[in-house]
Amino acid sequence: MAHEHKLEIFRGLLKFKSNVSKIWGVLIVLSIVTAIEVVLGIYKPEFLIEGTLLRMKYLNWIFIILTIFKAYYITWDFMHMRDEVKGLRRAVVWTAVFLICYLVFILLTEGDYIFDVYDTGFQSWDF
Amino acid sequence: MDATVQHTGEEGATWGGGNQPLKASYGKLMMWFFIVSDALTFSGFLAAYGFSRFKFIDSWPIADEVFTHVPFFHGNYPMIYVAFMTFILIMSSVTMVLAVDAGHHMKQKKVIWYMFLTIIGGAIFVGSQAWEWATFIQGDYGAVETKGGKILQFVDTDGNRVALRDIATTIEGDRVTHESKNGIWYDDEKELSEFTIQEIQAGFAASPNVLIRTQTLTERGEKTVLSREESLKRLNKDAVAIVEGANLRHNEYGTPLFADFFFFITGFHGFHVFSGVMINVIIFFNVILGTYERRGHYEMVEKVGLYWHFVDLVWVFVFTFFYLV
Repeated sequence: MAHEHKLEIFRGLLKFKSNVSKIWGVLIVLSIVTAIEVVLGIYKPEFLIEGTLLRMKYLNWIFIILTIFKAYYITWDFMHMRDEVKGLRRAVVWTAVFLICYLVFILLTEGDYIFDVYDTGFQSWDF
Repeated sequence: MDATVQHTGEEGATWGGGNQPLKASYGKLMMWFFIVSDALTFSGFLAAYGFSRFKFIDSWPIADEVFTHVPFFHGNYPMIYVAFMTFILIMSSVTMVLAVDAGHHMKQKKVIWYMFLTIIGGAIFVGSQAWEWATFIQGDYGAVETKGGKILQFVDTDGNRVALRDIATTIEGDRVTHESKNGIWYDDEKELSEFTIQEIQAGFAASPNVLIRTQTLTERGEKTVLSREESLKRLNKDAVAIVEGANLRHNEYGTPLFADFFFFITGFHGFHVFSGVMINVIIFFNVILGTYERRGHYEMVEKVGLYWHFVDLVWVFVFTFFYLV
């Protein structure tokens, strides 16, 4: 339970001797990821904003994936989800993940549809 | 009491009660329940932001051009301050988890120290948030709004932004702010801006190197700059009002929805940070008083820790969707 901590991150690639050193290790990982995000956000490399995947720029995909990566380490190591039982982990994570994916899908699809109405309709919105 | 069954003979069996399939205490489970529901609330807000953004996908403000200031420094530093805020919040998450760890080892002194650092980190974050709001509300260069509610900004021929005060010429006039004591219906109007739209139009006509930038984004994700002729036509025909700064109705950086969501989501998050700091302060004093030392465990620190990390978790998403994407 709470007193035993799993001390491996990156699927066992990185092992820590104590919980405290694991915390500092995770801080370093999160800081590096944030630094990458900020640098990409400031410089916006040409090749990443030109191409798109599923109508979104590569750069934005990178930002979202890095965000989920950070969210994983905050939940798993700072909130000690790594040390909880599978049942609790799944109850919390899958509930949120399914509902959020559903909500985001519905709302973004609808937003895109309204954009098309504004864009191709006969009404002028810019006067 | 004899009328009720005290012992079922099934203690320890699966349905006998007293076993904890999730191996977590009541308090911790309730905190997780709260966190899941709060996470869904925040994702509702962020998804609504995404909805509005997709609705105006070709004219949404560019965050890099909106949040460019750093306290005590002049100049254009996009992202730097918000990166600092993110780092502060992650740092305070680290001191919080160190406090939880010290609590597991029953080290009261260390818990006090780490809780203190966490509170300081939270306070710096809330202060930064307030500064960010103030800067956003005050505005930067100013812009004019058209009849259709679109924003027109001014740039020079190199694409650098030009402020309203650098364009405006003074036209003598006696337009004064209408006050409630002068009207029949006790209505007043909000304070007049420093310039009138006529002064901007006259000043723009007199400065040949200034062009107008519209809200519309180009293929490359930059704002469209009009030619000089188009700029003059647009400004003289469509512009109706001066916009300086941002509020819930007008926003010099682009669509007012951007400001609405910015105030609402970062405000809601800031409120979470603020309440987190308050709860941390309460627990901090409890630790000092030795409440948890007497109780024999520091699980309370762990529970507020969960909340505090959740606030950090939400910020990671707010940071991405407001400032990066």
